[in-house]
Amino acid sequence: MTYLTDVSALARKDLKIELRARDTLPAMLLFVLSTLVVFHFALPAESASDAAYGLLWVAIVFTALLGLSRAWVPEHEHGVLDGLILAPCDRSAIWLGKTLATLAFLLAAQVVALPAFALFFASLDVTAVAGVVLADVGICVVGSLLAAMAAASRARELLLPLLVLPLSIPLIVGGVGAAISPDGERYLLFLALYDAVFAVLSWASFEYVVTE
Amino acid sequence: MGVAIFLALLVAPEDSDQGISQRIFYIHVPIALTAYFCFGLGAWKALRLLVRGEERHDLESYVAIHQGTIFGVLTLVTGSIWAKASWGHWWLWSEDQLVLFLVLFLFYCAYFMLRFSLEEGPRRARSSAVYALFGVVLIPVSFLAIRLAEGLIHPTVFTRDGPQMSASMFATFCVAWAAVTLLAYVLYRVELVGKRLDADLHELREILR
Repeated sequence: MTYLTDVSALARKDLKIELRARDTLPAMLLFVLSTLVVFHFALPAESASDAAYGLLWVAIVFTALLGLSRAWVPEHEHGVLDGLILAPCDRSAIWLGKTLATLAFLLAAQVVALPAFALFFASLDVTAVAGVVLADVGICVVGSLLAAMAAASRARELLLPLLVLPLSIPLIVGGVGAAISPDGERYLLFLALYDAVFAVLSWASFEYVVTE
Repeated sequence: MGVAIFLALLVAPEDSDQGISQRIFYIHVPIALTAYFCFGLGAWKALRLLVRGEERHDLESYVAIHQGTIFGVLTLVTGSIWAKASWGHWWLWSEDQLVLFLVLFLFYCAYFMLRFSLEEGPRRARSSAVYALFGVVLIPVSFLAIRLAEGLIHPTVFTRDGPQMSASMFATFCVAWAAVTLLAYVLYRVELVGKRLDADLHELREILR
């Protein structure tokens, strides 16, 4: 039970910081909206709605990258991470807390982005929305670990997209499939499998990434 | 070593009855299998590093992945040439092995970027090891994804007769495979020795300073 308490305390800390400083979520919201507007002009006027679904996924992945690149900044700026590692809690709880907080930001951005997409481009059904949610989980699970790696490197924000994008290709396949394929459940199952596999892997390996 | 490859190349033409383009099969497939093997080896060494904490596995893992990437690029090139020769296109998105290798190529390039932008030390070793493990999990996952996507974008999967190999062709294939694996192993050892020498020299210089 203490594990869950630790996780929720860490996640709440991130949410509280965000509520007070408001430097990540508004940026993500504005970014995803302006990306959708840019895509409207980038697409030829008579193009099929299938193409628009693809662009929705580009917008989602880049918005997630924007959020992830800020994820560990507060920890590094004030040396909080060293304190957290020394704290008497399981290290993977730090990862889980960060994942939950990032996921909350991303879902909040999605709450605005998906209706906007439905308004501007094409309608979304339940399977498509479920695909978005599952892919968000996958991106946050992998991304919060990789962001911790990237934050320790010299290249910082530059490195994160390079690390995350190849790993997110299966998620995009699954997400686009869930939106446009007649049997979307198969893709949802695939996304759930991806989430489960990488969640276990990240959960187990986080400790190795942050300890000196 | 060189003799083995030479033999494989010499033996191959005599039983290639599907025209000249078939010959590249003896090079392409063994290279691809070797690349997988190198990535697997890299991940295995990475796992050993994480579990046991032995420093030497870091370099071994890195060298194996370096070799795997080189062989992966060779796979892309030879596969592309083969695709051009038999289907008339340099690149086919429906050819899932090629797409998989492209994804892996991007992934392992990112591995090198990660490695070279971290400070040297145990933390770099562990971070690279974790990323290498992600890579080996990514192989089956993206293979599955590409298979799924293929059904989506190309309803008619590119059908091609499986390599109906006669005994002599299979023997040639095995020789070629053994040769490429041996080549990979020799390159692996050479690079490992080189890097170790480099590290030793570096250490010595630090001491002498």
